[in-house]
Amino acid sequence: MKAEKSILSGKHFFQGDTACAEGGIYAGCRFFGGYPITPATEVAERMAERLPAIGGIYIQMEDEIASMCAVLGAAWGGRKSMTSTSGPGFSLMMENFGLGIMTETPCVLVNVQRAGPSTGLPTAVGQGDMMQARWGSHGVYEVIALCPSSPQEAFNLTVRAFNLSEKYRLPVLVMMDEVVGHMTEKVVIPEPGELEVVPRRESRVAPDAYLPFKPDADLVPPMVRAGQGYHIHVTGLTHDERGYPVITKEAQEKLVRRLCDKIRVNRKDILSWEEREAENADVLVVAYGITARIAMLPIQMARKKGLKVGLFRLITAWPFPEERLRKLAGTVGGVVVPEINYGQMVFEVERCVAGKAPVRLVSHMGGSTHRPEDILNAIMDVAKNK
Amino acid sequence: MAHAEIRLSGFGGQGIILAGQIVGKAVSVFEDRNATLTQNYGPESRGGACCAQVVMSDEEIAYPDIVEPDVFVAMSQEAYNKYYEDVKPNGLSIIDEDLVVPKAVKSGGRLLKMPATRLADGMGKKFVANIVMLGFLAAVSDTVSTDALKEAVKSSVPKGTEELNMKAFQLGYDHGKRLPAATPAGKE
Amino acid sequence: MEMKETHPIDDLIRTDRIPHIWCSGCGIGIAVHCFLNAIRKSGIPPKNFAVVSGIGCSGRVAGYVKLDSFHTTHGRPIPFAVGLKLANDRLKVVVFSGDGDLIAIGGNHFIHAARRNVDITVICVNNFNYGMTGGQAAPTTPVRARTSTTPYGNFEFPFNLAYLAAGSGAVYVSRWTTLHAKQLEDSMLEALGKKGFTFVEAISPCPTLYNRMNKLGTALDFMKFCKEHSVIRHGADPKTANIDLRGDIVVGRFVNVERPTFTDFLEEGLAQGLPHRKALLDEERKEFEHE
Repeated sequence: MKAEKSILSGKHFFQGDTACAEGGIYAGCRFFGGYPITPATEVAERMAERLPAIGGIYIQMEDEIASMCAVLGAAWGGRKSMTSTSGPGFSLMMENFGLGIMTETPCVLVNVQRAGPSTGLPTAVGQGDMMQARWGSHGVYEVIALCPSSPQEAFNLTVRAFNLSEKYRLPVLVMMDEVVGHMTEKVVIPEPGELEVVPRRESRVAPDAYLPFKPDADLVPPMVRAGQGYHIHVTGLTHDERGYPVITKEAQEKLVRRLCDKIRVNRKDILSWEEREAENADVLVVAYGITARIAMLPIQMARKKGLKVGLFRLITAWPFPEERLRKLAGTVGGVVVPEINYGQMVFEVERCVAGKAPVRLVSHMGGSTHRPEDILNAIMDVAKNK
Repeated sequence: MAHAEIRLSGFGGQGIILAGQIVGKAVSVFEDRNATLTQNYGPESRGGACCAQVVMSDEEIAYPDIVEPDVFVAMSQEAYNKYYEDVKPNGLSIIDEDLVVPKAVKSGGRLLKMPATRLADGMGKKFVANIVMLGFLAAVSDTVSTDALKEAVKSSVPKGTEELNMKAFQLGYDHGKRLPAATPAGKE
Repeated sequence: MEMKETHPIDDLIRTDRIPHIWCSGCGIGIAVHCFLNAIRKSGIPPKNFAVVSGIGCSGRVAGYVKLDSFHTTHGRPIPFAVGLKLANDRLKVVVFSGDGDLIAIGGNHFIHAARRNVDITVICVNNFNYGMTGGQAAPTTPVRARTSTTPYGNFEFPFNLAYLAAGSGAVYVSRWTTLHAKQLEDSMLEALGKKGFTFVEAISPCPTLYNRMNKLGTALDFMKFCKEHSVIRHGADPKTANIDLRGDIVVGRFVNVERPTFTDFLEEGLAQGLPHRKALLDEERKEFEHE
């Protein structure tokens, strides 16, 4: 398949959802299994139109549980695969997100966050799934979750999500939000080859010597796909390097520790954030997704009032860039964390700041972005208490 | 123009969102500046007030929401009533005169009335009223260049309808250029 | 000289995982044996087969067959198999699981995969209860039957799986008991050779739980029962093909029809709308076959 032909290099005016789908295509995604849900439907619609035309498969499954399973199955069939959803569907996908973690299946799951709980506000923004992204499936595991702040970043981070999923063999989360998903903006799609696209980490070992879950030095095992004569066994049960179930605490210790450590040990390679005048700021605003962008207005307003205000924008929410934030915490007067929920990532921020500076949450139950003055007031307030 | 905000509004089915996409595309792709398009609409895809908001700038746009629109276009009474107060004091309001009865214009503001839907109807294609309106916008406002808007229309409408839409655009444009002057403030 | 004992289907079994977990007298082993014989007879290279199971006693089948095999979550083997098959059309994808897995928690996936007519074979071992977890009620448990969660008898009507499959659009539907090893094997072979969603139900005893709790005797007694009470009725309307472990069991091949598959429609639709897609698909298949 000539991937080059399918990439729409050039300048576009795209919605975040559309850009996300195009990012998948750029990264080589050729299978999409999904279920329509506002505000993620446009990702599916884009894929329904684009994938069949470039040799890919689009299938609308009967629900989000099935969607996640189909995406895992397709990955083992040899295709790069993805799905997209929002709150209620994200909850349903958590079950087999866990299967993907346990079976080390590369794929991408996009959550265009809306306001919840339950059906909530289907057409309006929320950022309430950040902790669900981290802990939503049962058991002990690590995740990678990326937070785009613009349609361009929805494109780039979807490419990166695929790359990380192939490199570390796990389902990677793209935690968008409704505003980024539905906002339309300039999106530049690079020429093929301009952005790195990580291929599947294929094993070169002969079938009789191959152990499907024997890791390389970076703790990640190379992969094969069904139909290559390896007669692999892949199970959601705790397993050994052959992939065979071993129901002992020793096997659990070895496997689950490695599944976590492959992310923890390689976190430097995974972590990503953006800083704008963050060091030695009077007030540091920590935000992600659309909120990081909205926060620039109050930050500029506060700067006009003579305050030194910086921005620390999370690009990987998980893993959390804790070393850097810990370091910054000692240099800033206070921290403001606006998020469209009643406090989620703020707990991570508090953990890293560890009392070295006051941390102020600017909460919002969802349905819109913050009013700039609410963030501004928090900035001024924290600065006053310095 | 460095920074401008345009709000296009009407009811679902009038092609308001497409009009917003065309404006945003003209700015970001054909003028190679920056634009963000955000939209407000209810769950219905037909009827109900809907609104497309375009922020444009030569710089990076940090805050993508509209604060005070420089230009406000209303193609339905419901949308007009919902949004007319937000317009910038010296801003420009444009209404489809057959569909909207306007209220008093803010001092310093401008109001332009034009029959987009009637003109489109005259072509036998009521559904191109949005494009007629964009042609008019190009004629009376310098927020977006006419050439960029034309390019954006051509590349955004369904294949095979380019000629029809360019005709609609020209119709609105000519109407705008023929208009003597804007209704002065306080006269409605 | 030491003799190494072998079994005729050893090459298709993960012998390093034997002994298996199934109880003495259980029918799952017979169903697996029939399946592996069918694979051999099909002439399709074993490397082209992929087996997908869910959770439960029959869910363990994936772990014992020496094929690419996937042991997924409870109820989800079918959607996993759908993704696997659509991603690589050259694979022969078989879902092997139990009645609770496929029809209770996985019931929605079952009917939709049949409706879409995705080209997979589903083999369901039906033992009328949840064996792995100690004999709880299933959607196949007969009315008034005893299970660990129906101590006063089952108050619900069961699904007739053959009827459900046929009603949902399966192109091939058959039912045999594990007594009918020869017919079961032939039926599996037939299902594997057919394009579309094919369904084979294997009625099995659960001597440790269901049969004991319902005083149905030993595994051997169940075999005798099947011999005496099975009525072979090919082409029977599955609606009338009852199963009642106190009365007759209607077995046979009930449905064998032709219907375009998901992939047929995809390719047809694309041939109309996107003629170049066919070339892309062919190119991609070649890429898979190069290995």
